[in-house]
Amino acid sequence: MKRTFGGQCGECTSCGKCDRVLNRGNAAGEETIIDNPIMEQDNSTKLYTFLIYSENIAGLLSQISAVFTRRQVNIESLNVCASSTPGVHKYTVTSYCTLEMATMLKKQMEKKIDVLQANFFTDEEIFINETCLLKISTPIMLENHNVSRIVRMFNARIVEVNPTYATIEKTGITSDILALFNELNAIEGCVLQFVRSGRIAVTKSKIEKLDNYLAEREKQRINK
Amino acid sequence: MAEKITGAEALMRALEHEGVDVLFGYPGGSIMPTYDALYDHKGTLNHILVRHEQGAVHAAQGYARVSGKVGCAIVTSGPGATNTITGVADAMMDSTPMVVICGQVGVAMLGTDAFQEVDVVGVTQPISKWSYQIRRPEDVAWAVSRAFYIAKSGRPGPVVLDFAKNAQTGMVEYEPAHVDFIRSYNPYPAIVKEDIEAAAKMINNSVKPFALLGQGVELAGAREEVCAFLEKAQIPFGTTFLGLSDMPSDHPLNKGILGMHGNLGPNVMTNQCDLLIAIGMRFDDRVTGNLATYAKQAKIIHFDIDASEFNKNVKIDLAIHGDCKTTIPAVAELVDKAKHDSWISGFDPYAEKEYNKVIDKAIHPAEGPLLMGEVVRKVSEAANNEAVMVTDVGQNQLFACRYFKFTKPRSVVTSGGLGTMGFGLPAAIGATFGAPDRAVCLFCGDGGLQMSIQELGTIMEQGAPVKIILLNNNFLGNVRQWQEMFFQRRYSFTPMTNPDYELIAKGYGINAKTVIERSELDAAIAEMLATPGPYLLQCAIKEEDNVLPMTPPGANIDEMLLEV
Ligand SMILES: Cc1ncc(C[n+]2csc(CCOP(=O)(O)OP(=O)(O)O)c2C)c(N)n1
Repeated sequence: MKRTFGGQCGECTSCGKCDRVLNRGNAAGEETIIDNPIMEQDNSTKLYTFLIYSENIAGLLSQISAVFTRRQVNIESLNVCASSTPGVHKYTVTSYCTLEMATMLKKQMEKKIDVLQANFFTDEEIFINETCLLKISTPIMLENHNVSRIVRMFNARIVEVNPTYATIEKTGITSDILALFNELNAIEGCVLQFVRSGRIAVTKSKIEKLDNYLAEREKQRINK
Repeated sequence: MAEKITGAEALMRALEHEGVDVLFGYPGGSIMPTYDALYDHKGTLNHILVRHEQGAVHAAQGYARVSGKVGCAIVTSGPGATNTITGVADAMMDSTPMVVICGQVGVAMLGTDAFQEVDVVGVTQPISKWSYQIRRPEDVAWAVSRAFYIAKSGRPGPVVLDFAKNAQTGMVEYEPAHVDFIRSYNPYPAIVKEDIEAAAKMINNSVKPFALLGQGVELAGAREEVCAFLEKAQIPFGTTFLGLSDMPSDHPLNKGILGMHGNLGPNVMTNQCDLLIAIGMRFDDRVTGNLATYAKQAKIIHFDIDASEFNKNVKIDLAIHGDCKTTIPAVAELVDKAKHDSWISGFDPYAEKEYNKVIDKAIHPAEGPLLMGEVVRKVSEAANNEAVMVTDVGQNQLFACRYFKFTKPRSVVTSGGLGTMGFGLPAAIGATFGAPDRAVCLFCGDGGLQMSIQELGTIMEQGAPVKIILLNNNFLGNVRQWQEMFFQRRYSFTPMTNPDYELIAKGYGINAKTVIERSELDAAIAEMLATPGPYLLQCAIKEEDNVLPMTPPGANIDEMLLEV
């Protein structure tokens, strides 16, 4: 489809709601536009995993989450911990959004003074894990053989059993964890509590972007 | 062992170390130890007592805008701090370097809803460049140095320091700090040679180039560099409101103002050029109008120091990340000398049309009540087009920006991004301290003046030579215009009963005069400019006048209305 139109739907001033992508200046000097309004099918948005590194300064978490809120992007999961680099904190955030929006969010996070780097990845580009804990009723487990069958089928681990309840742990990808929960939860009275951690991820790439950045900055500091 | 001093005294020394000479502020409980220390530094730190904390921040903004230095405001905790919020947000929108120091309750009381406690860092984080709580006297030197470095480097902006009381009273061995490197913040991005070459190539291939200049040019102090570049490749340009004094108004390549209330030519030609070169501007919606039709025919190069501006509103073809004081000369070196005479003369018919239909009537009315445009142009010319123009917000601002003329850099002080009524009067006070040798002319409406009218007290006390031109139309004029144009003339709460402003000024010991007749205007302006110190010139303006041309909100930028 060829048009001299692009990028913005014109309905709003802050785009990202649809994924009309303008391809300016291709080889023939023509502009093409791929038109995929979000209403047709939600294939414009993707689950992106943001890996964000910051200095260990108070108040960064609210600044990072505010970037998402302001652009009306929901945070699906969030994990914060110290990274392998001393003094650097790592945030793992997942969100459904367009590529355009992900790029914008990255830049707006990096604009925060104490944010070192913000990058985003699709599921193919990272190793992902998350974990869950389920507290289930021991009497129901004994009564209904499906319970232990399901636990074994999902390769979940029983951490603790007592006459009242059992605690089960499962590490894996989101869909497996949710499937385990859904199956157990379908058995009446079985699940007493369920909790799922935020996603954590490391990149598949052989390039360590943060290390490179820090090394580059260190050089700049010395040569200043 | 070094001498031990209080954190408050350390703050004074740190401010002196940063070269601060003027502070705008207002004292109160949680900042009293600091004010006590200030008492001994009156010789070096000129503290200007404002009449409301919002006045302090706007004054600091006015000071920063004309001087290029970091403006500094100091206030107490709680309500003192919350009164600065509008100014902090305004400075963030308009990239104004400013450091605001707020008192805070002692750390032992934090989070207890103590008297005059507000989570200032929490409140200001989303609207400031950096916001930090100083909890120990040991952190004063570092935090102040870091604050000034962040405020003035890269894309400038406001920094808030929340200064806990115990950190003010606690003792410390003070050593000045020199923060000029923050690993997570790089305000000096390296120039990418390939991008510079690509830009030059696009410019050399263009037959209808058009440049958009924003405040970034002024903030970078890059007038000469940008001018040399534009002249070499003979590229016509338009400016944003905040970029009005980037270049002299009369420069032959200057085609006027961009956006909703800008000039016809630059807006129409935005949608006709083949290359748009944006320098230090951010494609604000007031500049672009409908994005779906904005410059679709053109390739776009965007020069900016803030990478988050690229592709934010307008999809661009090439981003040049960096300080335009260095990136522009790098491109200029590679561009060919060019002539675009016929393209440039294409602006003329639009300028002529706008002159005949709008401008001439606005600045040379033959009869009827005074108009804002004529007053503005007369003041500008009477001051040799060399004055600092400060505006409030509304029709006064739009007419001032349209009809004031500029020769010198750093001559525009207006609230662009936030559109803050009440900004003008205190900002003008700040400007008189930032540019003590220049005439400072404030244009404001009867609405906006009353939002900061208490600052007449500051003007009186300081003898600040603000020339206040009150464009009184007995209306909240700009809103009334929209009501007339888009709400069937339903004047919902825009007419205003006004007080006797001359009497008010006189109550503050400020010379004042009211002009009603056109025949008296020249003499009154001359008298105002010749009178030393502050002056209030009230002009009785036509009540229902409209700022034209205008692109209605959401309309295409080249579809400007020339009449209502
Ligand atoms: C703090 C604030 N409140 C409200 C507005 C909305 N507003 C924009 S212009 C305007 C009217 C201004 O009237 P006046 O100061 O008399 O100036 P005029 O437009 O008549 O020149 C108003 C209310 C604003 N910009 N700022």
